[in-house]
Amino acid sequence: MSDNPVKFGSPAKVPAWVNLALVPLVNLLAAFLLSGVVILIIGDNPLQAMEVLLYGAFGYEEAIGYTLYYTTNFIFTGLAVAIAFHCGLFNIGAEGQAMIGGLGVGLVALYFDALPFVLVVPIAIVAAALFGGFWAAIPAYLQAKRGSHIVITTIMFNFIAASIMTYLLVEVLIAPGGQSPESREFAEHTWLLFFHDFLPLPESPLNISFLFAILLCGAFYYFVWQTRWGYEIRVTGQNETAAKYAGISPAKSIILAMVISGALAGFVGVNEILGVHHRLILEFTGGFGFVGIAVALMGRNHPIGIFLAALLFGALYQGGSELAFEMQNINREMVIVIQGLIILFSGALEHMFRPTIENFFKKRASSPTVEA
Amino acid sequence: MELFEIIVLLMDATFRVATPLILAAMAGMFSERAGIVDIGLEGKMLGAAFAAAAVAYVSGSAWLGLLAGILVSMTLSGLHAYACVTHNGNQVVSGMAINIVVAGLTPTLAFAWFRQGGQTPAISGDSRFSSLTLPFAEAVRDVPVIGYTYAELISGHNIIVYIAAASVPICAYILYRTRFGLRVRAVGENPHAVDTAGIVVSKLRYQALMVTGFLCGIGGSYLSTAHGAAFIRDMTAGKGYLALAALIFGKWRPIPTMLACLLFAFTDALQARLQGVELPLVGVIPVQFIQALPYVLTVLLLAGFVGKAIPPKSIGEPYIKER
Amino acid sequence: MTTSSPALELRRVNKWFGAVHANKDISLSVGRGTIHGIIGENGAGKSTLMSIVYGFYQADDGEILVNGEPCQIDNPQASIAAGIGMVHQHFMLVDTFTVLENIILGVEGSARLSGGLDHARKELARLEKEYSLEVDVDAVVGDLPVGLRQRVEILKALYRGAEILILDEPTGVLTPQEADHLFRILNTLRDQGKTVILITHKLREIMAITDNVSVMRRGEMVANVATKETDREQLAELMVGRSVLLRVEKDDANPTDTIMSMRHVGYVDRDGVARLKDISLDIKAGEILGIAGVSGNGQSELMEILGGTRHPSEGQIIYKGEDITNSPKFNARDLRKIGLGHVPEDRHRSGLVLSFSAYENTILGYHDSLDYNKGTTLDRNAMLEACQKHIEKFDVRPTDPTLKASGFSGGNQQKLVLAREMEQDPDILLVGQPTRGVDIGAIEFIHQQLIKMRDAGKAILVVSVEIDEVMSIADRIAVMFDGTIVGELDVKDATETKLGLMMAGVKEGAED
Repeated sequence: MSDNPVKFGSPAKVPAWVNLALVPLVNLLAAFLLSGVVILIIGDNPLQAMEVLLYGAFGYEEAIGYTLYYTTNFIFTGLAVAIAFHCGLFNIGAEGQAMIGGLGVGLVALYFDALPFVLVVPIAIVAAALFGGFWAAIPAYLQAKRGSHIVITTIMFNFIAASIMTYLLVEVLIAPGGQSPESREFAEHTWLLFFHDFLPLPESPLNISFLFAILLCGAFYYFVWQTRWGYEIRVTGQNETAAKYAGISPAKSIILAMVISGALAGFVGVNEILGVHHRLILEFTGGFGFVGIAVALMGRNHPIGIFLAALLFGALYQGGSELAFEMQNINREMVIVIQGLIILFSGALEHMFRPTIENFFKKRASSPTVEA
Repeated sequence: MELFEIIVLLMDATFRVATPLILAAMAGMFSERAGIVDIGLEGKMLGAAFAAAAVAYVSGSAWLGLLAGILVSMTLSGLHAYACVTHNGNQVVSGMAINIVVAGLTPTLAFAWFRQGGQTPAISGDSRFSSLTLPFAEAVRDVPVIGYTYAELISGHNIIVYIAAASVPICAYILYRTRFGLRVRAVGENPHAVDTAGIVVSKLRYQALMVTGFLCGIGGSYLSTAHGAAFIRDMTAGKGYLALAALIFGKWRPIPTMLACLLFAFTDALQARLQGVELPLVGVIPVQFIQALPYVLTVLLLAGFVGKAIPPKSIGEPYIKER
Repeated sequence: MTTSSPALELRRVNKWFGAVHANKDISLSVGRGTIHGIIGENGAGKSTLMSIVYGFYQADDGEILVNGEPCQIDNPQASIAAGIGMVHQHFMLVDTFTVLENIILGVEGSARLSGGLDHARKELARLEKEYSLEVDVDAVVGDLPVGLRQRVEILKALYRGAEILILDEPTGVLTPQEADHLFRILNTLRDQGKTVILITHKLREIMAITDNVSVMRRGEMVANVATKETDREQLAELMVGRSVLLRVEKDDANPTDTIMSMRHVGYVDRDGVARLKDISLDIKAGEILGIAGVSGNGQSELMEILGGTRHPSEGQIIYKGEDITNSPKFNARDLRKIGLGHVPEDRHRSGLVLSFSAYENTILGYHDSLDYNKGTTLDRNAMLEACQKHIEKFDVRPTDPTLKASGFSGGNQQKLVLAREMEQDPDILLVGQPTRGVDIGAIEFIHQQLIKMRDAGKAILVVSVEIDEVMSIADRIAVMFDGTIVGELDVKDATETKLGLMMAGVKEGAED
């Protein structure tokens, strides 16, 4: 069990919005400022980069669809990492769990496509959750019962998942006669509807998985704060001794939280495999699992914050492609730099600005004392 | 003697692969013993690899490259110290953040400066560390067993391999026989005791993390200027995490940790040999499975044998004076 | 500067922690070669004051003089250099190091350890003889019993040349007999010209060994007297500010059915150490059974087994006539459902989730109950109402159920936990260290509530390291030592001496 639970800052006598909105905003600004410095070092203009980024994310018709499509993935992984954090666990394995979740989706779409749309799609979604949950369950079990540090095991499982996917796509599931490691295209009736299929919107990868994401945000809130199982998970994350005293089994909470976490990550597979690519491919998770960490930290493990943070990163990713395209010296990895800096300021250095900001508010709140 | 030769060649490869692992593990030992979790060994090595290759290419000197690598790694370690010691930040998150920043920054800078799609140009000659032939190696090569072993296995590595081997007894000495080592071990178990003894806890932890940065710098530079001949994105490929696993398996002690590193390195060397080879009963093992072997082994070790290894008592908890 | 100057003098020392004025204008004079006691309740400011003397904190205002000379103490090193040594309440030792390594930590003498270790060995041999502080310097500290670990702490201070020794609550973990041995050591130190400052909240110790005593209350120094010229009652009154009832008024107990029993229970922990050996006891309705004993003699394990968070290695647990030892019911959650309440020893670590609000803590352990759940959803209104009731009935301040538990003082936190367990109207209540860290006013209230429950026919088990508390509220007392029950007696037959002897392992009726 992690001896290092993520602690939420205890509010001082400052208005709640300072802690929930202002401090995260300042952290974000710091990350952006440093990113700007990096861009300067590379020899480009940070302000111009900002412009290109915003244009790429929102500036033209298809852009918004792309941005929201990315956001969908980040909601899934953000929620996944968040529920693990609520149990005091750092799930770095969302990447691998997403891969295996996608595998589940792909297997159903490839082998169960004799079934009609109304059956095969729900089964595929369940498979995504089951497979992803399974991939998280093993490290969870090892942590709960053997004390194996979940950070390292989930990192290892990411590598192992990549190996498994590569093997399967090269040797087993490869499209007959195909050259690249991908499966054959799925039958059309297994595809998820794109938004532009039923709304007058320009073409983009945005599909109904986005609706699933929003639904899951609501379900997440309900489960964590309105049910007794969420309560047990939160108690375990904050104080394992108190959990045992209260009759809560920390092992069960850890496993439950991680399985849900893996299941949520698995939904990336639903979006990517069933919603966009319509075939099983490698590298469809594209680092989304790690973005989930940034999203959860920025969003303070709360669905509203996660939604907003996911939106931010969706814009970053979509704008980032434009950035790499338009600007000479910047490539796609610049977005990863920004992502890392956000994790740094929101997660590790989150207390850096807080005292200064809180003092500012405390001074304004206190009334002047009169000398006796 | 064919089997013997194969074993020697395997061990030879093992030493080469183990070098960065050992250096990183020794590095991690100092920070973890001092009570700071360091997931960021990976990022420090990657940053050092980039800096070393870049500077070696530009300057034409492998040693200058090594210096650059060490400086970058120590700076990253200082950042980790700043977040964890000065600001009591979450140590795991800080390490991960640094890894991600470096993973993004290195190909970005490489692309901007060298225009080769995210890697640095290949280096050769003086820009690389080359193999050293130990005295008499050629002369004794034909002596059966001993001579061959000396010539093939012990001689012929580049200098960093020898540095890595030396690092183990040196680190052991520092940790167990010097004042600094005593204090490092103390602050990892009970920082309050150290504080009341009049030693500044934060300064001590910074110092430990500087040692971490120094050793990771050597390990990372090795990857791009000795083992390989350029920086390639993500070239550390999880070695930092494997080093951490070796450290846990070795219960944070120098010699067992080194043996664990050798074990991991051995499986890696083995997989290169086993690719495409037909084994009795099993047939050809898919290359991907063999490549996954070190990672699977890590999980098995953490699950089975290590179980509940007892880390330094105060690890992961920021030190805050209590009222 | 003359030899008649006080060894330590504090003039008008002030210290704030944020808005809390922990030390107000403290002035204190400690004569050389005396044993000086500083007494006060929890939170009176004694430890803070001594931390300032030790350089751990810096005073915001005021002066410190050592041997008549003003002294600037900015950090522990300066304090050590001034000849001040501190033996902390919670030992500042590295469990994995040997005694020798612990002592030289910080004063190693050189970058290489070997020279310093040899020097220390010789010096320690001398000190051990001079002050009868024998201990094996190569023993690993983690293996040593508590009494010996304390000796290591004292040796640490003496090794650094301390002339003034400050001991902070030294007897908290010792039996009365071990404490007596400590006092003998302190007397030897005084006779050799050292100055000793003893911080304690135990009146018994002050009267037994000190020459002078200073009383602190709510951050202020309220009295400085010679011990000979005062008594326990007067000191207690000074500590609290009003007349204090040292014993609770109560009627005789009328015990009826046995609610819970342990029969020949043994418990062996993960390291193979037997923590409980052949324990048999009965907890009856209408009676308070007190378990006395120095902490660490198995009481924690006993409570955990009764509470369902640990299973015994052997023996039986009988609940309301049913042997539940191997029953699936034998766990913390289900025991609560069949009428067990449990106030844990350490409320910070086990009884509360400090980052949760008070009302979220109200359901801790009872979160499955239909009272707090509507189907799958938690009923937050019901939770708030219950918490509000608890706050009113137990006079918890501040009265806001949405405030985080960490925002309440220790005594109020204890009240919240007690309220939660008691208001569930259990048939049996287990209480560990009910008044640890609680002010005297709240102590009275808590004791009264327990007596009320007893009179209503409930069974109560109280585990406490405070002899006074056990003798005050229990009807029967069982004393634990080294995992066994050394003796059991009716409170009417109990005296402090008898209990003290049993706590040290001496069975009743044995020769001295």
